[in-house]
Amino acid sequence: MSPLSAPPLSARLAASRSAGLRHHRRLLTLLSLLLLAAAALTLCLGQSVTPPADVLRVLAGQSVPGASFTVGTLRLPRLLLAAMAGMAFGLGGASVQTLLRNPLASPDIIGITSGAATAAVFGIVVLGLGGVPVQLLAVAAGLGVAALVYLLSWRGGVAGARLILVGIGLSAMLQSATAYILLKAPAWSLQEAMRWLTGSVNGAQLAQALPLLLALLAFGALLLSRSRDLEAMRLGDDAAAALGVRLGRVRLLVTLGAVGLISTATALTGPISFVAFLAGPIAARICAPGRPVLLPAALVGALLVVLGDYAGQFLLPARYPVGVVTGVLGAPYLIYLITRVNRTGGGLA
Amino acid sequence: MTLQTQGLVAGYGDRRILHGIDLSIVPGQITAIVGANACGKSTLLRCMTRLLRPEAGEVRLDGTSIHRIAPRALARRVGLLPQSPVAPEGITVADLVSRGRHPHQGLFARWRPEDETALARALEATGTEALADRAVDELSGGQRQRVWIAMALAQETDILLLDEPTTYLDIAHQVEVLDLLCDLNRNRGTTVVMVLHDLNLAARYADRLVALRDGRLHAEGSAEEVLTESNVEEVFGLKSRIIADPVSGRPMMLPLGRHGMLAGIGLAAGVGA
Repeated sequence: MSPLSAPPLSARLAASRSAGLRHHRRLLTLLSLLLLAAAALTLCLGQSVTPPADVLRVLAGQSVPGASFTVGTLRLPRLLLAAMAGMAFGLGGASVQTLLRNPLASPDIIGITSGAATAAVFGIVVLGLGGVPVQLLAVAAGLGVAALVYLLSWRGGVAGARLILVGIGLSAMLQSATAYILLKAPAWSLQEAMRWLTGSVNGAQLAQALPLLLALLAFGALLLSRSRDLEAMRLGDDAAAALGVRLGRVRLLVTLGAVGLISTATALTGPISFVAFLAGPIAARICAPGRPVLLPAALVGALLVVLGDYAGQFLLPARYPVGVVTGVLGAPYLIYLITRVNRTGGGLA
Repeated sequence: MTLQTQGLVAGYGDRRILHGIDLSIVPGQITAIVGANACGKSTLLRCMTRLLRPEAGEVRLDGTSIHRIAPRALARRVGLLPQSPVAPEGITVADLVSRGRHPHQGLFARWRPEDETALARALEATGTEALADRAVDELSGGQRQRVWIAMALAQETDILLLDEPTTYLDIAHQVEVLDLLCDLNRNRGTTVVMVLHDLNLAARYADRLVALRDGRLHAEGSAEEVLTESNVEEVFGLKSRIIADPVSGRPMMLPLGRHGMLAGIGLAAGVGA
């Protein structure tokens, strides 16, 4: 290779950089198209088949006999809630996993989701609350659990393994608290109980979508604005600080954003199992290495919940809430991660 | 650009590591910090880049306390390569080295031509341009260390601090990394401050040695001034002989143990069995 024929180094670097960027954009487009296709599927095909033309007319606000109720009242709110909750879980989960540099450090493993669910059930059953107050209570509880996990695992610094084990313990306690409150509740349908135990989008209403949309916009923007800092923190705390990242501030903002997203979604759909845990690693696997995973993780989360809910309703012999389907997907991955940790002989961190 | 510490006291929780360090880093030179394990070498480097806030005293860059300089602005002037940075799984060399540009970019800043130039310069200076598209986890230890140094170079700071840049490397790669740091110092005028374990390599490559003992400055100066038999005994609790390194002409330390020596040498030094 003579120096004359080889392109200059910076040109080669620029070419491979823009190829990488194009690849990443194509991936995001593909995920968005898949989500759109999944949305179309759930709107058209349920227990009855609605022609796409009718679906579009309902979406445009026209009244279509037979379709207005199925699509407008049943399927659309359910789809919106499922997609946005999935985005919230995926984005929040991937942010915390990146922040703590450990796929096991997901909000649904370390108790944040359980804390929000317990608070929501407590608010509804014991305090008789509903709507926005329940969501605020859930967010406060999520933040409280995050602070508690952090405090309990603090020994002059936070080690990943200790934080994860403390979180798993707290999560188990909170789940039994949820079950206890449900048992003491005067009258619950099985469907409602399942929502708070594994997560479900049954009985979704359009009014529920608005607070989740606002949470997604506010907390999602907060998390995405820290995306570059999070990427730097993947190199280790010292290396990130040496690059000028304010570690304390980024940790605080990312925790706030992720807990806000996860808790708001949990207050509406319950703790949909393993979506926060799965979305980040799946996104990381399909992205080229070293690409920021937050946005892809949000799309993967939405796909998981929308398709999981569809499968739970129509593809399985009985109707299952979405959390049962995602739980079946997530559990093997959790076991795989733990066995891999044991094989490498390292700690959980 | 001068980096100074004044009365630096620092530690972790109740454990105090540094007990008042006054040190001036000479601009444009290579300084090696040596000392026994846990004497505060890494802590000193961490204080000098805001990674650790001192309990008392301060670190000044051109007279300004570094805690009054914004982290990103400081990161454009002083770089640090920590002891064990983490390479994200599967990341390519070019991608990792690009991250050195972090303090030069805004919140949503696009990649600019000057970032590309800095990246290319960093890869060329470390001889890693042919590896640009390779995954970091496939590389040998020496190559990987050169890549990390390239990342610190892409940061384009006048002062570069390195915490044990040669640990875990075999001797050939240690020499390769130290030669590279010398090149940077000569060609770019970068001030290099590194923590080194190997006294003889420190004496050969550094313009100045700084010896720490139990969190205090024990000796500071040229290799001839610092690498003496009495200093080695006081800092490491080790008896030794110092001879002239036949290759570099600098002092060279030969440790005296209880075994493996010619008859009479240990007895004369009072360390024989």
